[in-house]
Amino acid sequence: MADTSKPATRKAAIVGGNRIPFARSNSAYAQASNQDMLTATIDGLVARFGLQDKQLGEVVAGAVLKHARDFNLTRESVLGSKLSATTPAYDVQQACGTGLEAAILVANKIALGQIESGIAGGVDTTSDAPLAVSDDLRRVLISLNNAKTVQDRLKALAKIRPGMIAPEIPRNAEPRTGLAMGDHAAITAKEWEIGREEQDELAVRSHHNMAAAYDRGFFDDLVTPFLGLSRDNNLRPDSSLEKLSTLKPVFGKGDPAATMTAGNSTPLTDGASTVLLASDEWAAENGLPVLAHLVDAQTAAVDYVHGGEGLLMAPVYAMPVMLARNGLTLQDFDYYEIHEAFASTVLATMKAWEDPAFCKGKLGLDSPLGPIDRSKLNVNGSSLAAGHPFAATGGRIVAQLAKMLHEKGPGSRGLISICAAGGQGVVAILES
Amino acid sequence: MSDWYRDFANSGFGTTLVKQLGLPRPAVLRRFEPGQPLLPGPAIIGSAGEGRLREALTELLRAEGVHVQSPVTADGATDGEKPAAVILDATGLRTPGDLASAHDFLSPAVKRLRATGRVLILADPPSDADSPAQAAARQALDGLVRSMAKELRGGSTANLVHVPEGAEASIASPVRFFLSGRSAYVDGQVMSVSPAELPKADDDEQLLAGKVAVVTGAARGIGAAIAKVMARDGAHVVAVDIPAAGDKLAEVANEIGGTALQLDITAADAPQRLIEHLRERHGGVDVVVHNAGITRDKLLVNMDAARWNSVMAVNLQAQLDITQALLDTEGALKPNARVVCVSSQSGIAGNRGQTNYAASKAGVIGMVRAWAPQFAERGATINAVAPGFIVTEMTAKMPFGTREVGSRINSLQQGGLPVDVAETIAWLSQPGSGGVNGQTVRVCGQSMLGA
Repeated sequence: MADTSKPATRKAAIVGGNRIPFARSNSAYAQASNQDMLTATIDGLVARFGLQDKQLGEVVAGAVLKHARDFNLTRESVLGSKLSATTPAYDVQQACGTGLEAAILVANKIALGQIESGIAGGVDTTSDAPLAVSDDLRRVLISLNNAKTVQDRLKALAKIRPGMIAPEIPRNAEPRTGLAMGDHAAITAKEWEIGREEQDELAVRSHHNMAAAYDRGFFDDLVTPFLGLSRDNNLRPDSSLEKLSTLKPVFGKGDPAATMTAGNSTPLTDGASTVLLASDEWAAENGLPVLAHLVDAQTAAVDYVHGGEGLLMAPVYAMPVMLARNGLTLQDFDYYEIHEAFASTVLATMKAWEDPAFCKGKLGLDSPLGPIDRSKLNVNGSSLAAGHPFAATGGRIVAQLAKMLHEKGPGSRGLISICAAGGQGVVAILES
Repeated sequence: MSDWYRDFANSGFGTTLVKQLGLPRPAVLRRFEPGQPLLPGPAIIGSAGEGRLREALTELLRAEGVHVQSPVTADGATDGEKPAAVILDATGLRTPGDLASAHDFLSPAVKRLRATGRVLILADPPSDADSPAQAAARQALDGLVRSMAKELRGGSTANLVHVPEGAEASIASPVRFFLSGRSAYVDGQVMSVSPAELPKADDDEQLLAGKVAVVTGAARGIGAAIAKVMARDGAHVVAVDIPAAGDKLAEVANEIGGTALQLDITAADAPQRLIEHLRERHGGVDVVVHNAGITRDKLLVNMDAARWNSVMAVNLQAQLDITQALLDTEGALKPNARVVCVSSQSGIAGNRGQTNYAASKAGVIGMVRAWAPQFAERGATINAVAPGFIVTEMTAKMPFGTREVGSRINSLQQGGLPVDVAETIAWLSQPGSGGVNGQTVRVCGQSMLGA
């Protein structure tokens, strides 16, 4: 009889990371493509860890907004990088969960002993976004391309109508509801009675925390400058409640009680991030540090279309499953990294975990997960300060948290929670 | 960056024209390439008085595959090919009268020296002399070498090495350096060796194999050249620069198979972070090159505190703090460690508008001299190099006239290249250079400034 026992697993080590500074849409990286940014980010990681000409087990990365020509984005970036050209690569895409999901995929292969080392990453540009022609025009152009005679070509061309010419611009909206993500978040914010001031406070703290982290050199070994930028250009060290309170709501418009502004929501952002993962043995052989291990992860999805749940609430559901599997409570962590897609999302997520009725009714828990210590939340800033290039956020958080845990010392634990379009969410546990 | 005048003066028409006009004709210098023989031709070794180094010198050159010729005789008889090097063992000098034999040897031999040749004199230091007459004779060599360096043409150089009693074993590394293309822009200099425990013979091509070398300010210019030469010689280079220069730094690290470390060396915790990095990744460090430097020029009367303080912090205080921390931290410096600090010609000659810069760079010279005995105790060394006019992106931005004058007022009639500084630093970093300690080696083509 075949041996059906599971192979022994090990925990994948996080060796370090690299990202380029994030740039607001149509600013410093307006002329850079996803491939430019991902390649530069991989090369920065190569330089930091001396990976020149090394064949790694795998490079896994993705982008949310992608040109058709970028079907093999990650492999093309590897070929353009200083890594050995014999390093395999593939693309993944799970909206804003892409970066973290990529890290989980690499970590799992390491855990299973299928690879010894790998890079997980993500990149997005909203500046160099793909424009598509309308479906009608596309059909005409395809038949034109297929036409073999001049007559057929003319026939095909004759079908073009002026109305077909307008390009389709990618929208930051859910295909099934037509609502912008921010408008979805505004619904949730209203449901959970998340106030304007607490959102602004969270945003100010994010800016101040990240500015302080830059000032004390925390990002020196996490970020490599790119195209003249050495810090995220969305970062406002002098952000204040007074300044944020003057902004007008941009989501949930029409509601006089709308709370979500450009100040407490992330802007469209360009950028890329990477994380180097490995087995402990590989790290030791290469003289590289182990900052933390990726202990476990969980993905969940909610039916935001018909199920009456908020678009960005899936991490709320993923968390108790992962905690129970690891015998941990929500309070057993030294640091919490809750992705700040919108300040209201972070606040609604925490409120839901504290709510007995919700935890019992929706999560099936006897008691709520309870509160988390706010002084341990996003202590070096998060997406409201850095900006949020969709697929690059996961890598930013994993590398940043791993370094924090390494500094905190052995046995320290960190929690990641990332919400994603399509009603999905990814959570993970890191441990030093 | 090309030297348009040198290239023109060495072209067919250019040669004729500059000769007729009596203009200087800067030579194309002989620079080191891996695989190159030590010398492009034979060497002549002679002595003034009863020297004690001649035999060792002959053996050293033969081991390098150099044909050693007999001195040119009084009637001008030679054994063939023109020499590429003329070496004088002057350790036998007792009185100024003995200098006549130095003249008798050098005059006909140097006359036959081929282009890009080398004249090297080895002598006892005047300070160790038994008598005023002996001190006078030894000191006289300074004037002889410095004048010869000014007379030589065709990219040839002349230098003097002081070898005290007991330091004979230390000469191999400096002799190789001064004869080779590595010393292309080191001219008219006087330096000393001291007794040291030295490792067995090195593999000449990979002199720094297995060594870990930190180079600060490595993102561009001279620092990038240092990183490249150290890597070429086999070292793993930890390239350090400020975070804002991280993209250029990564390019350098990736080009040479090194690693990039973004660090502001003036930060309070910089020494500790650097040492932690070195211990965690490499178990310590063999070579530290303090190259990072900035200029904030202003006349003293117009210089604000910020200009003064920032230059001092980067150019001097950071070197002191990091070196002190390396010495204080058990295991941070590996056995036979080498520290090389970048000083400047401005620190020797002074420069208008650079009181802050010159002060910091002069300070570096004092620092290495003071630290040398402590380094020697642990088999380590600390030295400085003082670059003269080196052609970089920075000098390219100088006004044409200033740049042309600045680059020509030296015996080689041209600016040096970053690689010239890098080669000198790589030489000081070699395990075999343990006998060179506390020295400041000028890489200036025998500049007239501060000479």
